[in-house]
Amino acid sequence: MSQNAEKVLDHFSLFRSQEYVDMFENKKAFENAVPLTELQTAVDWTKTREYRELNFAREALVVNPAKACQPLGAVFAAVGFEKTLPFVHGSQGCVAYYRSHFSRHFKEPTSCVSSSMTEDAAVFGGLNNMIDGLANAYNLYKPEMIAVSTTCMAEVIGDDLNAFIKTAKEKGSVPAKFDVPFTHTPAFVGSHVTGYDNTMKSILEHFWDGKAGTEPPLVREPRDSINFIGGFDGYAVGNIREVKRLFGLMGVDYTILGDTSDVWDTPTDGRFRMYDGGTPLAAAAAAVHARATISMQEFCTQKTLAYVAKKGHEVAAFNHPMGVAGTDRFLMEVARLTGRAIPEDLTRERGRLVDAIADSSAHIHGKKFALYGDPDLTLGLAGFLLELGAEPVHILATNGTPEWAARVQALLDSSPFGKGCHVYPGRDLWHMRSLLFTEPVDFLIGNTYGKFLERDTRTPLIRIGFPIFDRHHHHRYPLWGYQGAMNTLVKILDKIFDVIDADTIVPGKTDYSFDIIR
Amino acid sequence: MTGLRQIAFYGKGGIGKSTTSQNTLAALAEMGQKILIVGCDPKADSTRLILHAKAQDTILSLAAAAGSVEDLELEDVMKMGYRDIRCVESGGPEPGVGCAGRGVITSINFLEEEGAYDGADYVSYDVLGDVVCGGFAMPIRENKAQEIYIVMSGEMMAMYAANNISKGILKYANSGGVRLGGLVCNERQTDKEYELAESLAKKLNSKLIHFVPRDNVVQHAELRRMTVLEYAPDSKQADEYRTLARKIHENVGRGTIPTPITMDELEDLLMEHGIMKAVDESIVGKTAAECAVA
Repeated sequence: MSQNAEKVLDHFSLFRSQEYVDMFENKKAFENAVPLTELQTAVDWTKTREYRELNFAREALVVNPAKACQPLGAVFAAVGFEKTLPFVHGSQGCVAYYRSHFSRHFKEPTSCVSSSMTEDAAVFGGLNNMIDGLANAYNLYKPEMIAVSTTCMAEVIGDDLNAFIKTAKEKGSVPAKFDVPFTHTPAFVGSHVTGYDNTMKSILEHFWDGKAGTEPPLVREPRDSINFIGGFDGYAVGNIREVKRLFGLMGVDYTILGDTSDVWDTPTDGRFRMYDGGTPLAAAAAAVHARATISMQEFCTQKTLAYVAKKGHEVAAFNHPMGVAGTDRFLMEVARLTGRAIPEDLTRERGRLVDAIADSSAHIHGKKFALYGDPDLTLGLAGFLLELGAEPVHILATNGTPEWAARVQALLDSSPFGKGCHVYPGRDLWHMRSLLFTEPVDFLIGNTYGKFLERDTRTPLIRIGFPIFDRHHHHRYPLWGYQGAMNTLVKILDKIFDVIDADTIVPGKTDYSFDIIR
Repeated sequence: MTGLRQIAFYGKGGIGKSTTSQNTLAALAEMGQKILIVGCDPKADSTRLILHAKAQDTILSLAAAAGSVEDLELEDVMKMGYRDIRCVESGGPEPGVGCAGRGVITSINFLEEEGAYDGADYVSYDVLGDVVCGGFAMPIRENKAQEIYIVMSGEMMAMYAANNISKGILKYANSGGVRLGGLVCNERQTDKEYELAESLAKKLNSKLIHFVPRDNVVQHAELRRMTVLEYAPDSKQADEYRTLARKIHENVGRGTIPTPITMDELEDLLMEHGIMKAVDESIVGKTAAECAVA
């Protein structure tokens, strides 16, 4: 009797019932299972220095890369514009993955369509898919802009978006003046941060350089406003709202380019919003006149910033600034660029953060951390950990470049807590596993996939990054600003105290330290 | 990038595309033009006569060794040849594996991102045989080659290929700026070759930009891995290439949108010139033995 309609067991309890326990055991006879002792020997070997060296000598294989592909970043950038439908030219399965990835993280639907290329399109080229796809997307979903990117399939066969979109417009798929910015995003080049960069640049180019030849290019008339680009950010909802609050307090005239804060946080009030929020298209066009453009994530916006700088903007690039010093630098740069003073309210917030750090310093000081994630996040977070007196011992980014590694190293060299810490560009989570076994740390910081490292190495995981699938609503709380730093501090401290409690909870054995006050 | 002229040479394999293009570009360099040659053929022999050697360090072979094209530097792949002509070869996979077309896209993206075109007056793409897939059409996408020169001869299959390439150009000409610059006939000494080339060019709404006569000095130069311009600068053949170079230089903005023809029209063309007799439908598909019996 496995299930009973009166009381349906979920998988937690069902598979622990004797019936299933026996079945799993009996199944082994058909699975060519190795003897447990042999299995254990192999597992133990993967924990050794010897294995680590072999692991780091690995060339032809990547195991659990901590990165995604370009089109994911393209979709992220595109949905940040008002009533914009991301359109991925390529196969359907890829697009299902982008949608579900965002929906699982943000707990919100993510509108995105595919041109559904199949085998015939691979042979004959995807022009007809573009023509029909644009027409269908335009008529069914009524967007104000369709931002086109590509999957591997379209890239390998060499489909030319520029020619295809022009032809589709001539064939009447969408009106000639309808906004269809596009960018090639081969998934086998770079990572999601590259795709974000390419797409952001293509959208700005579209609006600023004459909308694909349908209008004269805009002539910049410098104004006092600034543009803000957040980059690919799993905390976009909380972070962008926090940045808006900071700009509001300072009285800054600003445009957020790629504002996903409302896109991925729609209210439940009985109305489905296919599109909500996003940077108004007119504002994206007018952003050419801004006096400066700020990027919160330099490695997400390298090409975009180079393009913006060519237009005459002053550009300021940060690496996911966090903590006291990080936020100081950010706010002071905003103040310098806009001539607006940092108000007393923010100075007080800063003071409260310093106070909180001082209150908890005894627990964080000297703790060892391993962290992985996107290049900018790991840089910003490592800076904050050093500021807290913690040691970011292993810093890893699968999509980290040698340039990124040099920047992390410079950061480590700038602090006494950075001694003995190392940076690992281009490595994956299987490398991290070896690091955690051979040079153990107190805590691991990473996304949801870090839980497998937590399981294997028993290093407690603090979830900061993208994607976070197995904890809810963290994206609503900022990491940026003094308040964001406060959130991050609390996140780290909560785990530290949970671990201390778990370590001291045995009655009569360790509970002399199971304290009420920490 | 203003003033940068981008051209491409296409044509049937073995027609003498690389020889013609390298000699012509050498003549353009003689005129003081700063040239960059981008070889888009997995055989990587588009710059052999300029460099006096087959380029070993192709973009894709170095990228494969380094693990990724992102790990390459421009200086690793760019070589200086005769009269400071800059040469790069895209290279490609071994025959029978991978995707050479994607290799062309990867290479051209790399060159653009690394600023390889800076300071050049001319970029010339030398592309293998035919526009067989989207990758080999990369040089005719918008903002790449403005004019395509098709190297052909009086042979049926060379004309057939020229017509096919025109189809490829037409695909992109309506949405972009690419134009057919003209046909270059590389003499094979077939019957009525000049007339045929002229009429094909007319049918394709283009022109025969130059008829390059056959001359053994080309072979002699080639054996020494040199262009005729370098090997025998005073020869008559060198002047032919100079003429072609001058015509191409003056042809800026004069390209046309081609009007490719059908296979039947192509056969009609051959008949018009008496190369082919009217097709006797009764003998189509019959073997020699069957015809003898009949």
